[in-house]
Amino acid sequence: MADGDDLRKMEHPLDIPCLRPGAMEGLEPFIAAPEHQAKLGFPGELVPNWKEKALEKMAELAEKNRAFQVYLDACVKCGACTDKCHYFLGTGDPKNMPVARQDLLRSVYRRYFTFAGKYFPKLVGARELTEEVLHEWYSYYHQCSECRRCSVFCPYGIDTAEITMAAREILDHVGIGQKYSNEIIGKVKDVGNNLGLNPKALRATLEDLEEEIEDDTGISVRLPLDEKGADILLVTPSADFFAEPHIDGLIGYAKVFHETGASWTLSSYASEAANFGLFIGSYENMREISLRIRKAAEDLGVKRIIFGECGHAWRVAYSFLNTLAGPFDFLDQNYPIPQHILEYTWDAIQKGKLKFDKSQNDHIRLTFHDSCNVARASRMGDMPGGQFEIPRNVIRAVCNHFYDMPDETIREATLCCGGGGGLLTDDLMDLRKKGASPRMTALQQVTEEHGVTHMAAICAICKTQFSKVMPVFGYEMDSIVSVHQLVSNAIILTGQETGEDGNEDEDGGA
Amino acid sequence: MLSVIYAILFYVATAILVVGVGMKIRKYARTPAPLKIPTTPAPTTAWGVVLRMFREVVFFESLFKSNKWIWLFGWVFHMSMWLVLIRHIRYFIIEIPGWLSFMQPFGIYASFGMALGLIGLWGRRFLVERIRYISNPSDHLMLALLLTIVISGMLMRFVARPDILSVKAFFLGLLRLRIETLPADPILLVHLTAVATLMIVFPISKLLHAPGVFFSPTRNQIDNPREKRHLAPWAAKLEG
Ligand code: SF4
Ligand code: SF4
Repeated sequence: MADGDDLRKMEHPLDIPCLRPGAMEGLEPFIAAPEHQAKLGFPGELVPNWKEKALEKMAELAEKNRAFQVYLDACVKCGACTDKCHYFLGTGDPKNMPVARQDLLRSVYRRYFTFAGKYFPKLVGARELTEEVLHEWYSYYHQCSECRRCSVFCPYGIDTAEITMAAREILDHVGIGQKYSNEIIGKVKDVGNNLGLNPKALRATLEDLEEEIEDDTGISVRLPLDEKGADILLVTPSADFFAEPHIDGLIGYAKVFHETGASWTLSSYASEAANFGLFIGSYENMREISLRIRKAAEDLGVKRIIFGECGHAWRVAYSFLNTLAGPFDFLDQNYPIPQHILEYTWDAIQKGKLKFDKSQNDHIRLTFHDSCNVARASRMGDMPGGQFEIPRNVIRAVCNHFYDMPDETIREATLCCGGGGGLLTDDLMDLRKKGASPRMTALQQVTEEHGVTHMAAICAICKTQFSKVMPVFGYEMDSIVSVHQLVSNAIILTGQETGEDGNEDEDGGA
Repeated sequence: MLSVIYAILFYVATAILVVGVGMKIRKYARTPAPLKIPTTPAPTTAWGVVLRMFREVVFFESLFKSNKWIWLFGWVFHMSMWLVLIRHIRYFIIEIPGWLSFMQPFGIYASFGMALGLIGLWGRRFLVERIRYISNPSDHLMLALLLTIVISGMLMRFVARPDILSVKAFFLGLLRLRIETLPADPILLVHLTAVATLMIVFPISKLLHAPGVFFSPTRNQIDNPREKRHLAPWAAKLEG
């Protein structure tokens, strides 16, 4: 398999390729080992009666999930979605067209659960469930980042992500799990975060950051951990604790909290906003991970929960947390539960609580990448579409040079980074590069037109993915920035010297 | 004899259509949506959702965003179909009200819209490589069936008119559980057979998109998960 060196040259971001049947055939991420499966309650390897088990699970899902049931029936093969998937645009593999991806499972559903499929299988494209089919599922349902771009454009709102999640759930139940996602979920259950970072290491990291901020600004800004009685619990993706540019975002949140005089804390028990239970379509696992956040909030006695910059985490938080781990009647009802850090920062900016020196970001000519789960599966603020406006408002408040990418590639039509939905793993690097091509082509356009140098994102997966793939497209790996990194650059902390010669004279008594 | 066969055919077809679609709708309605998954930006009120669904089923809003050709052919076909269907009400009632007489010419010429839309959609199934790839034989057959209905209907209107009063008498009779004589006009019989076939396959085919669209959670859910807790009955049991 090529490792992305056969990248397609795209004329424009939505340039439709000719079909290349089989182009991505056989690409499979590593399969989860038995011990990773066990932690999630799935069988360790392909069970002997996999066929019955898979069909049983399919029937169960059709009964438990209206979306799955309706979407399997309603597709008319109109083809409107066929050119909407970034993986299709990047690979040309027809099985990466959303409807074709759905059909991999729909064909089996029809064969066993519909009249037409049982008696006229050829006519309606129904087929038997075989081991090859299982592997085809494993391959192509791991070439979907569950980004929902296709669902925007389907006349019935058919969301291929729902089918992908169902397929992964079925595969998990017959013993074929994906190593990357399932191993990570296991770590959250054991340690509290995707990285397996223990409380001691976490505390040390936060202390280092406090020192770094003080060295930079002369102001003592705290990053509290497990502080009982704090008002706000901040839940953020664990990548914020160590990876670039995520960590600069975390510094940004801390500075905003500092300037607004907020009493806040992180939790070592719920030190992870990400919830990979979503990716594998497992309600139970997603719920278990969400309940950790509830428990942390209860144990610490906080009044509010705020989430850091992360796309799918915000989907789970905004759209599902109340369902999975609610009701949150013990929290302060005057604030949204939960709240996004950008909602918090934008509110503070509007109230005039934050002071900025925008010129600190003048070395940057910026564009903004709408993360798919934020754009198409959540909201910020009170108005529909706040998830597009609020990040841009904050960016404009801290940055002088901002240019949007072409309309058909942003907001609800945003193109996935190529690494979402549990695909952010090295064994899928070829796919990740190809899937990023449409987004990167859109970026190249604003670079040509406006000299854009950097792209901001509000998702840990996007940030990691872009820092890996941007170099392939001629950008530095630090061309991807956190929105709160820009806030951090521009913010003037109370008492902070802004002159050239730093803050050496401050006496550290804070 | 012919009349009896067609009477039975239409009784059976109607029963299958009503019962089949009814059962599907019941199934959709009873299957819970465990999570809030509206495709955002989504309306935050019930009224907003009604408007979104209205735009979706009347204007095909998402399809319009998606692909102008499919939208054009699809929209023209569906809207023409409504006009044609409305015109056909006259075969099931004795007194024709004024508004229905008024609709008559629109209903007649809309048949061209239906034909055009269908031919356009079918053409794309051959000409566009992506759509050719996803088409099954049933997709072609469905278009063939619809086109048969439209063309036979047009032939009866514009070329060889059957004894339309007897046809009307036949259907009025069916409504009153009486079997009147159906004219043995071949084009008419083709038309009626195709219509009955369509009614029969409706509940087991992709025609289910018609009821399905109203049950699509990405379109019909209100975006208010923070304000209102959403919980499926089976999920509530997990909370023990
Ligand atoms: S747009 Fe929707 S109905 Fe049309 S082919 Fe795609 S999934 Fe099917
Ligand atoms: S959800 Fe996204 S990745 Fe998956 S098929 Fe649709 S457009 Fe492609």
